[in-house]
Amino acid sequence: MLEIKNLVVNYGAIVALHGLSISVPARKIVTLIGANGAGKTTTLKTISGLLKPVSGEILYAGKNIAGLPPHHIVGQGISQAPEGRMIFANLTVLENLQLGAYLQKSRDLVRQEFERTFTLFPRLKERQKQIAGTLSGGEQQMLAIGRALMSRPRLLLLDEPSLGLAPLLVKTIFEKIVEINREQGLTILLVEQNANLALEISHFGYVLETGKVVLEGETRELRQNPKVKSAYLGG
Amino acid sequence: MTEFLQQLINGLAFGSILALIALGYTMVYGILRFINFAHGDVFMIGAFAGFYLAPRVAALVPMPSILGGLIVMAGSMAICAILGILIERIAYRPLRRGTKLAVLITSIGVSLFLEYAGQKFFGAAPRRFPALIPSYSIENIGGLSVSSNQIIVLGVTLALLIVLRFIVQKTKIGTAMRALSFNPEAASLMGINTDVVISFTFGLGSALAAAGGILFAILYPAIDPLMGIMPGLKAFCAAVLGGIGNLPGAALGGVIIGTVEIFVAGSKYSTYRDAIAFAILILILLVKPSGLLGKKDIEKV
Ligand SMILES: Nc1ncnc2c1ncn2[C@@H]1O[C@H](COP(=O)(O)OP(=O)(O)OP(=O)(O)O)[C@@H](O)[C@H]1O
Ligand SMILES: [Mg+2]
Repeated sequence: MLEIKNLVVNYGAIVALHGLSISVPARKIVTLIGANGAGKTTTLKTISGLLKPVSGEILYAGKNIAGLPPHHIVGQGISQAPEGRMIFANLTVLENLQLGAYLQKSRDLVRQEFERTFTLFPRLKERQKQIAGTLSGGEQQMLAIGRALMSRPRLLLLDEPSLGLAPLLVKTIFEKIVEINREQGLTILLVEQNANLALEISHFGYVLETGKVVLEGETRELRQNPKVKSAYLGG
Repeated sequence: MTEFLQQLINGLAFGSILALIALGYTMVYGILRFINFAHGDVFMIGAFAGFYLAPRVAALVPMPSILGGLIVMAGSMAICAILGILIERIAYRPLRRGTKLAVLITSIGVSLFLEYAGQKFFGAAPRRFPALIPSYSIENIGGLSVSSNQIIVLGVTLALLIVLRFIVQKTKIGTAMRALSFNPEAASLMGINTDVVISFTFGLGSALAAAGGILFAILYPAIDPLMGIMPGLKAFCAAVLGGIGNLPGAALGGVIIGTVEIFVAGSKYSTYRDAIAFAILILILLVKPSGLLGKKDIEKV
């Protein structure tokens, strides 16, 4: 579904990705793990069109989408729940979700998406009228994911959904991610620091180090890999 | 007491015009975090657009009339909306990734361009603005003398504020404006074409300035190409007073500064009338830099 080839991305003089190649098959959960600064967020931002690559290709459904503006990328069915959630704290929960469906012209489909999102996260339904900035961290993460789902994506990018959440909440969020993938058949590219959990729920994994893939494979194998074990799974 | 009420009405009428201009400053600031110093000149172009449209409209509908006045105002608002969009497109957008200072200085350049182009094409001497609407003086409501023009200025301003509030709070593009002003990156991840929203914001703010220009010319019917400078600066002070980036704040700030100015103008300190807006600006920057209704963390990192 998504095929990244030799992606190079710079921030001014800093090279953040040097020739990254990954592949995300349809209906699977693929995870990118790696230490701070490895280039995970950079990868997702480049897919979403927030950063323009210096070179390389991002093939999505056979077409190169590298360098397209973000609203075109969303229009093609790729949405992202970004790092740090980036919810619109000044707007209500409802307005945040409506913005997620910004490109959707059909009111019926928007209504359907609201229903689906509220079934997935009943908490958001209770809090619709609340100003999003006053939600708890966990609720904000649900909102960020719910908002990304409102555009009816075919590929969902998740950047550290576990960031700053209590272990119990992390478990809930991850269960939801699995549920979205199983029941809606949605393809997911998951970026995580919490490598243990990420490898548990994903089908494929990539390990990034300083802007390059150093290891890749089915997660079953990666979890047995001694290098992964010592560096990312805490022994 | 009558004297006080009289001045209050005069002040509110003047203040509501400043409010209409201030809204444009604050909207653009809210979205792009820079002060568009050409905004006062868009107000001037609005008045001149009305000046040139009026005889053409008079050929179609009887003038002065409410209908004729509204047509002229709508036409001027449309012209300035396009002008505002073009200014952003041509002068500011190419600098979007540059420094804020570059855009700010460019806006001063655009301002000078509009002023000198105005002098070239409209002439430097003041022109008499035609009567758009029938004007009466309503005397003796408790000794007050209110002109119908003042009531129209207040009524039109109120109506525009309500329309603006509806657009910003209830429509899709308005929600996109609020999202963009909060976090442009997140807004574009929603599929919002930020360029379109920015253009819309410039168009909306410029249309409001044009309405202000028409109303100003109705109250003070001598217009010239430099007429936008002082009201523009005062409206900028009003936007800061209310809390830059905050829409109700800009309206409130405009009304306060306009009213205070008229009171000063009617007192023995009348020579200071043009300084009062800046005195208020300095005061608010010392006492509450975020403005009356502004949030503390309005400046982004
Ligand atoms: N805006 C920026 N300007 C300059 N350098 C940046 C910028 N954003 C990221 N970088 C650099 O690019 C590299 C990759 O950063 P990135 O944010 O992609 O890492 P990450 O894998 O997401 O890390 P984390 O797990 O901490 O979120 C880092 O060295 C970082 O310092
Ligand atoms: Mg990151």
